[in-house]
Amino acid sequence: MSAASHDAHHAHEEHEDHGEAHGSLKDYVIGFVLAVILTAIPFWLVMGNVLPNAQMTAVAVMGLAVIQVLVHMIYFLHMNSRSEGGWTLLALMFTLILVIITLSGSLWVMHNLNTHMMPTTAHDMQQMP
Amino acid sequence: MSPDLVKFIFGRLTWDAIPLHEPILLVTFGMVALGGLTVLALLTRYKLWGYLWREWLTSVDHKKIGVMYIILAIVMLLRGFADALMMRAQQAMAFGEAAGYLPPHHYDQIFTAHGVIMIFFVAMPLVTGLMNLVVPMQIGARDVAFPFLNNFSFWMTVGGAVLVMASLFVGEFARTGWLAYPPLSNIAYSPGVGVDYYIWALQVAGVGTTLSGINLVVTIIKMRAPGMSLMKMPVFTWTSLCTNVLIVATFPILTATLALLTADRYLLTNFFTNDFGGNPMMYVNLIWIWGHPEVYILILPAFGVFSEVVSTFCGKRLFGYSSMVYATVVITILSYIVWLHHFFTMGSGASVNSFFGITTMIISIPTGAKIFNWLFTMYRGRIRFEVPMMWTVGFMVTFVIGGMTGVLLAVPPADFVLHNSLFLIAHFHNVIIGGVVFGMFAGIVYWFPKAFGFKLDPFWGKVSFWCWLVGFWVAFTPLYVLGLMGVTRRVSQFEDQSLQIWFVIAACGAVIILCGIVAFLVQIVVSIMNREALRDETGDPWNGRTLEWSTSSPPPAYNFAFTPVVNELDAWWDMKQRGYQRPTSGFIPIHMPANTGAGVVLAGISTLLGFALIWHIWWLSAVAFIALVASAIAHTFNFKRDYYIPAEEVVRVEDARTEALRSLT
Amino acid sequence: MASQAHALTEADKNRFYLTKEHHPENGTLLGFWIYLMSDCLIFAVLFACYAVLGRNYAAGPSGADLFDLQLVAINTGLLLLSSITYGFAMISAQAKKVKPVLIWLGITGLLGLGFLSLELYEFHHLIQEGAGPQRSAFLSSFFVLVGTHGLHVTFGIIWLVTLMVQVAQRGLGAEMKRRLMCLSMFWHFLDVIWIGVFSFVYLLGVLK
Repeated sequence: MSAASHDAHHAHEEHEDHGEAHGSLKDYVIGFVLAVILTAIPFWLVMGNVLPNAQMTAVAVMGLAVIQVLVHMIYFLHMNSRSEGGWTLLALMFTLILVIITLSGSLWVMHNLNTHMMPTTAHDMQQMP
Repeated sequence: MSPDLVKFIFGRLTWDAIPLHEPILLVTFGMVALGGLTVLALLTRYKLWGYLWREWLTSVDHKKIGVMYIILAIVMLLRGFADALMMRAQQAMAFGEAAGYLPPHHYDQIFTAHGVIMIFFVAMPLVTGLMNLVVPMQIGARDVAFPFLNNFSFWMTVGGAVLVMASLFVGEFARTGWLAYPPLSNIAYSPGVGVDYYIWALQVAGVGTTLSGINLVVTIIKMRAPGMSLMKMPVFTWTSLCTNVLIVATFPILTATLALLTADRYLLTNFFTNDFGGNPMMYVNLIWIWGHPEVYILILPAFGVFSEVVSTFCGKRLFGYSSMVYATVVITILSYIVWLHHFFTMGSGASVNSFFGITTMIISIPTGAKIFNWLFTMYRGRIRFEVPMMWTVGFMVTFVIGGMTGVLLAVPPADFVLHNSLFLIAHFHNVIIGGVVFGMFAGIVYWFPKAFGFKLDPFWGKVSFWCWLVGFWVAFTPLYVLGLMGVTRRVSQFEDQSLQIWFVIAACGAVIILCGIVAFLVQIVVSIMNREALRDETGDPWNGRTLEWSTSSPPPAYNFAFTPVVNELDAWWDMKQRGYQRPTSGFIPIHMPANTGAGVVLAGISTLLGFALIWHIWWLSAVAFIALVASAIAHTFNFKRDYYIPAEEVVRVEDARTEALRSLT
Repeated sequence: MASQAHALTEADKNRFYLTKEHHPENGTLLGFWIYLMSDCLIFAVLFACYAVLGRNYAAGPSGADLFDLQLVAINTGLLLLSSITYGFAMISAQAKKVKPVLIWLGITGLLGLGFLSLELYEFHHLIQEGAGPQRSAFLSSFFVLVGTHGLHVTFGIIWLVTLMVQVAQRGLGAEMKRRLMCLSMFWHFLDVIWIGVFSFVYLLGVLK
């Protein structure tokens, strides 16, 4: 590699640095504080038995988890519709759809199967070795 | 040495693992060894080792990697097809008292190996190879986004293939069918090394496939020539994009599912066992979440090839380009919500079965739309019946019938009758041979002159085509009939003598297909010998429409001396219409990625790691794993990954082409 | 951005090719993001297994019997802290200050090690109690899901040390910043997965 071409290449490397998402100190601090709050609440709900029944607690915990995931995406992973020409967001959306299909599809299929194929109740099954 | 020490050093590996008592395997081994030694001797005799290492094995050039993928696929096709012939022969003779010539444990390995090899090591490398070869040139790029990863991916695929081949002579292969359903594949029922060969071969190759998927997605997104918006991309590039998106989105699921099976076998966990709360059906559920999109991973690039071939050989723009693109995207998404149709009989209720039955019928709609697009492109076109076009027409006839039997199977009550019957076998061979194999042959014949600078001999191409087409129908029509009569798959011996005639006909069909494969190989040899007569200096032998035809054949390492500017769909056609003149001066240095041996080394260590894990050689596994991590880290310290082709070199190459073109006129 | 890169100027429309050197945008960050998406699907499978099999105790212990939420809370705190310390490393990298980058990366690595040690302690403790991965499908899916996350953290730490060496050797050029950025995405991604783990596995696991 000649010296001149090396310089040219180097300059090229430097100039393509923009266009990436960077967080500011403010972003990180806001994200951190929100994340701490959104972590503390579910632990408090479960450890302190705050809500009247387990179902409500479960819904609250999962809801807070979803919110916290969003917080991490925005403040730590710097997701926005502009980075990489929108491709990162598109990839994320597509992946989320597939994750939902995989999770809910598996649950539905397997639950349906279990109710049709297993004469015993789920409770009986738990007690089997 | 004490037995304990021997066990420590060799794990489960003993002399018993070498099948000295199996004459078929011994003869095969003898032939492979003889062939291998001949090749090695020739390479040494003609001092080609250095050339091979520098120019091919360590190459990051997407064209060479593409060609290597296709060579791997053709070699593995011979192995996979040998398995098919053995099955057909066994089933044609094993009736009543006759037990055939294959003992059941051997027969079971053969049908498993046939499926695994044909899908993972023939169809996948063909598809990946063709995408690698063509996509960067179609989008006017000089290489892929991550050239080193491309080389590494290829060698990982080779590593997986090596493990499958090793199972032939060292130990055994799985006897479980190509998807290794538990509980049969679990340690309790398959304690041998067969399933472990299966798992590690697929895991090693799967890493390569996933990385190559990421690579091509980024290549298509980031490296298109200026002006090539998404809706100006050639259809093959579009289908490649969707295929690679599917690869990235589904191969991790295969990896994770196989990893859980591995945990069951190695750590004795209880994911897919029958007791302690495990559920084998969960494996079936998960593997088909990967498995169904995999079908579209294979067929979409074939659809792309047919689109290119049809519009080129009809001399017309593709009819309904945008509907073709939307159909592809819709298939990509829908392919993710049909997986349960592979196990309607598992025991789900009517709601689940009808949901997946309906989605399956819906996905046939965009596929049907594509068929009409090709037909309307041909309508009133000036059709040139060259060999790629023959494959395409053969595909349309064959694939439509295969698709319709698929819709039949999508009806859950019908599936309860036909599930796991030979009807199913006939159906999926109908779409995979009629779709993927025909498509890949069309693609190979179509782009061969681009890769090597001379056309393939058309006579032997036509022989190959007709043998495949006729052979396919002779081989698989009987299986449809047998399936309707209720004959199930994977049976090595039959009671009912009246069925024999159908199996004999099917075996004849397989022999005709064999003639097709031989004719294909003859075609390549004859073409190489006649290469001067078949030479194409123009770089555009078919009067093509897309950018790969705008450069020379074979293209220089840098593909395009200047990056093309795209104004239209069918960019090269547009350039020809507007009086494009090839640039002959003003060349500048070109920035290119440098070759590296790191891919060979990393994949080699991975393969060794797989082998050590298969045979429970724990010390070797540990050493190989540490070596793998260490060499991966060492590779990240290599910062010199590119170089410039000096302007003088570009001038030399382009001037030579100018000379060659002048001598034509 | 991509849209600009593929839009033509008026002058280009009359041309067939570019006469200057053409450099496509670097694809590393996008490629790495797509890799993370594929990794996300691996975790989706593990979560799906836990969702389907996670209540099959086979007459063995359940989450309510086994999980120590205080330990999990400390672990969550460690991982969250390591996320923001990595953020500080990235901010220092933007300012091209090598030493603070190394210090923040070092702290991040130590927090990661702390997380791993606590997780190993928990695993060890469970196996001692007879609640190992072989005990029931619930425990199989628990160990493999949490263990896979732990393996990712382990590789993250190895990678982090490698990058520290490289930053010390080569400073903070574009190439190194890109690598730091990739690890940053990886590290924050693991934190996101951990949100799913502590909510879905631990917190819901102890609910009756």
